Amino acid sequence: MSRERVLRRDGAISSRAGLLDRGRAWLSHHRDSAADSLGRLLARPLGSLLTCLAIGIVLALPAVLAQALEEFRQLSGDWQAPDRISLFLRESVSEEAALAWREELEALPAVARVDFLSRDDALVEFRELSGFADVLDGLEQNPLPHLLLVAPAASEQAAQLRARLLRDERVAEAVLDSAWLARLQQLTDLGRRVVWVLGGLLLLGVVLILGNTLRLAIESRREEILVVKLVGGSDAFVRRPFLYTGLWYGVGGGLCAGLLVVAVFALVGPAATELAALYGARSSPLGPEPMAIPYLVLLGALLGLAGAWLAVSRHLGEIEPS
Amino acid sequence: MITFERVSKRYAEGRDALSEVSFEIRPDELVFLTGHSGAGKSTLLRLIMLMERPTRGRVTVDGRDLARVGRRGIPRHRRDIGVVFQNHQLLMDRNVFHNVALPLVIAGHDHREIGRRVRAALDKVGLLPRERALPVSLSSGEQQRVGIARAVVGRPRILLADEPTGNLDPALSAEIMQLFEAFSRVGVTVLIASHDLTLISRLHHRILTLREGRLVGSGGP
Ligand SMILES: Nc1ncnc2c1ncn2[C@@H]1O[C@H](COP(=O)(O)OP(=O)(O)OP(=O)(O)O)[C@@H](O)[C@H]1O
Ligand SMILES: [Mg+2]
Repeated sequence: MSRERVLRRDGAISSRAGLLDRGRAWLSHHRDSAADSLGRLLARPLGSLLTCLAIGIVLALPAVLAQALEEFRQLSGDWQAPDRISLFLRESVSEEAALAWREELEALPAVARVDFLSRDDALVEFRELSGFADVLDGLEQNPLPHLLLVAPAASEQAAQLRARLLRDERVAEAVLDSAWLARLQQLTDLGRRVVWVLGGLLLLGVVLILGNTLRLAIESRREEILVVKLVGGSDAFVRRPFLYTGLWYGVGGGLCAGLLVVAVFALVGPAATELAALYGARSSPLGPEPMAIPYLVLLGALLGLAGAWLAVSRHLGEIEPS
Repeated sequence: MITFERVSKRYAEGRDALSEVSFEIRPDELVFLTGHSGAGKSTLLRLIMLMERPTRGRVTVDGRDLARVGRRGIPRHRRDIGVVFQNHQLLMDRNVFHNVALPLVIAGHDHREIGRRVRAALDKVGLLPRERALPVSLSSGEQQRVGIARAVVGRPRILLADEPTGNLDPALSAEIMQLFEAFSRVGVTVLIASHDLTLISRLHHRILTLREGRLVGSGGP
């Protein structure tokens, strides 16, 4: 009988476990690591809660901004982009003169239609729409001029037409209504870009917060890591509990962020909805995305893993027995 | 099983801890390593388990040149070797059972197998009744025996022990040595560093003697 077989029979060579056992053991080490990491976090609840809250606040900020911006975008989308020129007439122009000029203007080929809004009608409309009723009541006389609303035949010619009309001495001011909408559009785009950049920076912040927390966790378990490495624990084995720690922090942070977002919308939602209604937009209540909490938890989990990976790959290698 | 060819080791600061050491240990041998304090015994063992790399020379374990074992190969190499450390190296916040089970958990054995083997190993070192105790509540000798149980529980092919009986009384020391001899009889290569000359000269095994990092004797019993 060969020496090898004698040894096997005696059980001297059998330190390697079977493949099936190894798979099962791998799973159970995952389970144990997850439970152990969670247990460690729960063992010092205040510290863990503060870390999760810090992550939650940093995550909630871009979420709220993005959501608010989205609401605003939808709201402003409801406003039509009428290519319309509002001609504010001078005080000296009477209602009759204005109406007469309206006929003239409508006859021009560049003009499709002209509506007349008398200063009294304008006041009524403004009072209803603006919410400045109290202020207006306090005024002794109507500050508004007569208004001619000129719809150009082709919207490309609107700017040109405006310039022409502005030269007329009866006109105090001519406003191209699409201009401010375009500007608003630009502002919204800028806002969206700001939210993206800010969001990216804040997410990086989350990864760094976690990386640092994990660095401390690793440092506090230095002895244990050394022992595990000495008896042959692989990098993956040593890494595992710390990855779970990062994961739990991330999940906790995501949960906090979700609750914060819900709370913020509960606080400012009603007021914002009222404001939106005032501007003639939709009246459905403003609120957070229904999936906000699950999304944020998922995001937190991913960031938690990323932060842990960062810390672990930087610091575990430094801990070598010697 | 373990071969040293003109191995020297110099730590970053200081003189050579080992110089030009050459020897060979056969698979079924039990060999003692002795020498004064600071002679280089621990250093020699650390080279075998790749806690250190030699400055010069070649170390071969089970036919494999250790210079070829990279960082990623180290854990696997260590899993083949059971080590009793001079300073125990136990997990202080885990109980005796968990400490001894560690190599089996790492190797991926299932729960029942782990329980069975850990208790068998603890039984061999006389610590079965203390399996739930934390290391801090154990005496130094008891901690050493936990380390011994952990070294043998994975049934390694090579067993290294650094002063395994340093804190044990003579009767217990003799018992532990018998345990090592039993492993040697089933084909495990055993290398024990010890300066308990009275104990090791009674057991008839080869003795490697180091003096100031040089091998001055590798005679038989
Ligand atoms: N990490 C280290 N850095 C620098 N020098 C070291 C290091 N470890 C050991 N030495 C030196 O190497 C020499 C051999 O040390 P080693 O620990 O191998 O001795 P030893 O024979 O095990 O001694 P003891 O019986 O006291 O355990 C000593 O001079 C020691 O000072
Ligand atoms: Mg030593």
